[in-house]
Amino acid sequence: MPMDATAVAAVLDRLVPGSGAQALAAIDQPTLVVSADRLAEACRALRDDPALGYTALLDIVGVDRQGAEPRFELSYSLLAADAPARLRVKVRLAGPEPHVGTVTGIWPSAGFLEREVWDLLGVVFDGHPDLRRLLTPDEWEGHPLRKDYPVQIGAPVRTYEPIQVTEEQFAERILKSRRVRGSGTR
Amino acid sequence: MAPEWDIPILTTTVDKMVQWARRSSIWPVTLGLACCAIEMMSMAASRYDIARFGAEVFRASPRQADLMIVAGRLSRKMAPAVRRIYDQMPEPKWVISMGACASCGGVFDNYAIVQGCDQVVPVDVFVPGCPPRPEALLYAIVALQRKIDRQRAFAYPAARP
Repeated sequence: MPMDATAVAAVLDRLVPGSGAQALAAIDQPTLVVSADRLAEACRALRDDPALGYTALLDIVGVDRQGAEPRFELSYSLLAADAPARLRVKVRLAGPEPHVGTVTGIWPSAGFLEREVWDLLGVVFDGHPDLRRLLTPDEWEGHPLRKDYPVQIGAPVRTYEPIQVTEEQFAERILKSRRVRGSGTR
Repeated sequence: MAPEWDIPILTTTVDKMVQWARRSSIWPVTLGLACCAIEMMSMAASRYDIARFGAEVFRASPRQADLMIVAGRLSRKMAPAVRRIYDQMPEPKWVISMGACASCGGVFDNYAIVQGCDQVVPVDVFVPGCPPRPEALLYAIVALQRKIDRQRAFAYPAARP
């Protein structure tokens, strides 16, 4: 029998003091909100505690609630394959420059997901090993899914991109990919 | 004894013959960007069959292609790649802009889509429709053939004064 959100929040409160875990009303799956500064600890507990066991991060969804405060909301979809159970964890982030800690150290699948959220909404994930643009071109300015982003930007179309990289750039990319994968010698 | 001039002979200009050869074997490069590519494939398949117009050989390499059919919406991120494929095609080369999205952005009036692929490559024929029917694209090929017929194969030096 999967735990409901209130039970998960109670376990989290015991494991991570100050997590601020609170169950939210939801129609489809258990949903709770945690405070943003304890997100990483809460996620580690959700993954490692034998009673919880949310081993997979399926998706991270960002919402821009312009006009409301706090303005940004992230929704992490978790799956416990053994129970089986799903859980939605929300964090709320204030301000035009939202920051939150990365969960790439807990679920490696967060790497691409956090890049996408940063690319489109401008939520900075502190500690992400490689926070680059994912969907828009590398030199893009702004974050298109923010509500104050214009629909039509009217910028000139860029038709050329450099093919060649310098020797230093090439070596830097190799080293970076080794650091991200955590293999190879420094 | 038959006279030697009995051999059938047709006289024409080199210009006309070269352009006839070019328009009779327009090989498109395989470039499907979105749903228009489905109609483009339908045009190439047996029901509509551009082989009737000598244009059936879709080349996987731009180096062997004469025609680029921009089939579908062109995103800003894709634009440098399309331009590079166009640059890799040998001269002479032509471009058909297929459908509303490639021609003017279509329903995608937003930041991510190029509002008209003529900002990226020089277009010879625009095809309206969303997506255009295969007949419309066939008509564009025929229109392009007429255009090629009017072009000249060689640039002649201007007459000296």
